[in-house]
Amino acid sequence: MVIAVASGKGGTGKTTVAVGLAIVTGRAQLLDCDVEEPNAHLFLHPRLTERSPVTILVPEVDAERCTRCGLCAEACQFHAIAVMAKQVLVFPELCHGCGACALACAENAIREVPREVGAVESGKAGKTDFVHGRLNVGEPMATPVIRAVKAHLDGRPLAIIDAAPGTACPVVEAVKSSDFCLLVTEPTPFGLSDLGLAVEVMEKMAVPCGVVINRSGEGDEPTEAFCASRELPMLGRIRFDRRIAEAYAHGQHPVYALPELGRRFEEILERTLDCARGGRR
Amino acid sequence: MKELVVISGKGGTGKTTILASFAALAGRSVLADCDVDAPDLHLLLHPKIHAQAEFRAGQVAHIDEERCLQCGRCREVCRFGAITPEFSVEPLDCEGCGACRVVCPAEAIELRERVAGTWFRGQTKYGPMVYARLRPAEENSGKLVALVRKEARVQAERDGIELLLTDGPPGIGCPVIASLGNADLALVVTEPTPSGIHDLERVLTLCRHFRVPAMVCVNKFDLNPSLDRQVREYCARSQIAVTESIPFDESVTKAIQQGVPLVEFNHGPASQAVSAVWHQIMAKLVSK
Repeated sequence: MVIAVASGKGGTGKTTVAVGLAIVTGRAQLLDCDVEEPNAHLFLHPRLTERSPVTILVPEVDAERCTRCGLCAEACQFHAIAVMAKQVLVFPELCHGCGACALACAENAIREVPREVGAVESGKAGKTDFVHGRLNVGEPMATPVIRAVKAHLDGRPLAIIDAAPGTACPVVEAVKSSDFCLLVTEPTPFGLSDLGLAVEVMEKMAVPCGVVINRSGEGDEPTEAFCASRELPMLGRIRFDRRIAEAYAHGQHPVYALPELGRRFEEILERTLDCARGGRR
Repeated sequence: MKELVVISGKGGTGKTTILASFAALAGRSVLADCDVDAPDLHLLLHPKIHAQAEFRAGQVAHIDEERCLQCGRCREVCRFGAITPEFSVEPLDCEGCGACRVVCPAEAIELRERVAGTWFRGQTKYGPMVYARLRPAEENSGKLVALVRKEARVQAERDGIELLLTDGPPGIGCPVIASLGNADLALVVTEPTPSGIHDLERVLTLCRHFRVPAMVCVNKFDLNPSLDRQVREYCARSQIAVTESIPFDESVTKAIQQGVPLVEFNHGPASQAVSAVWHQIMAKLVSK
């Protein structure tokens, strides 16, 4: 069973929830797919024992063979190749690594070479197997690194994926093919607006989802009404408590600071698994 | 014209709260919301929309069933697993690269343009505002960000406004890079948490990479005063200016719930600190 944790808005508590679920289950696999800003390791404190680079294939043009016919530049949809009078320029940051240029080249003058865009690191924290990805700073495209993290999914009974915030391709790549997605929100107009967008993403991907309200307390009603109207299961609420924010600020997962939270996460996990098994939306 | 962009690395550190207050304090500026995935600034500034338009970008492959020979070449070359065994294209997986079209012997594949989002132009009581919404699950957010910033500049020139305030997205990827390039100053908002600091370092590296001067602001600093000091020391060593820190204040959430900029909601501790930050930012922008 693969459970993803996502949210439209950033800072709603995805990582707190994903790591909390991993802590209360014990033997899960936790994959941090927020490769732009991976944070789960800061609260789970795994021993990272393996590291492998993530590469994409970019073209290298053999000047001897190249006739500057321009077929490669015409095939490239990302403007990553420009054919000049005397040479061919490649812009690696624009290249998506699709290989269309090499396929289009009539002279067999393009060789594809790996270029590092990030890395995947893995290790253990207690019984939790931990994997995360890191996009190199300055690289625009997160998706190849996310794919590389997800290649570590090993089919065990429970894997938890921590996704990036937003509603665009990094979220799609992280959540894709999960059995269920837990959406973390907060009871503000920002939280609700971005929850609505996140639900649309899940519908488009046909991934069933449910909602956790973090920092719950005053002002939950609009979020509850939205969930009821869209038939989204309410998986749990985590009440606002300054002690949670302070524990987090000190690098401690809040379940260790407020033991009653452990029970809360167990309930969220139980409901999530029930919904996921039932395939309920 | 000067452009200030507010970014953060980590999400939820308070970018939009701070930028909306800046809009109120500036009196007259052009506002651009570049968080096109999950735009929220309009929920505080309530623009009256004057114009909206579709944003077209990127492509998706389409296979003509009649012409397709089902030879399988397209499936072999597609590196994104976007072509099903039945030879249809899964749009969420398709990168729009056209490698399939290059190899198709039957000329059965064409690339079609995607409608990736919508952008809006409107008027708030603080000045004109441009923002956009990427369609859920779409790509090309970087290009949409570039469009929002370009339109905001056009608006500023037309109305003779000298200040552009840009609300950036979280992260360090393509939409952040598109929000940052050529800005006059980046205000990086962080919080005194291990994730806030981890992400701050990455986003400051990004600012250096694109040669945009940065200033750092610690929000909710009293959640961990020792990390607040650590950020100040780190910035001092790296010769990056730090603004006054903003205290944790529950009225920030209440202002959002009321849908008004914090500095217009009350004059509590966070509100006063945001005003102080604004004066420091203006001094820095003018001195450049």
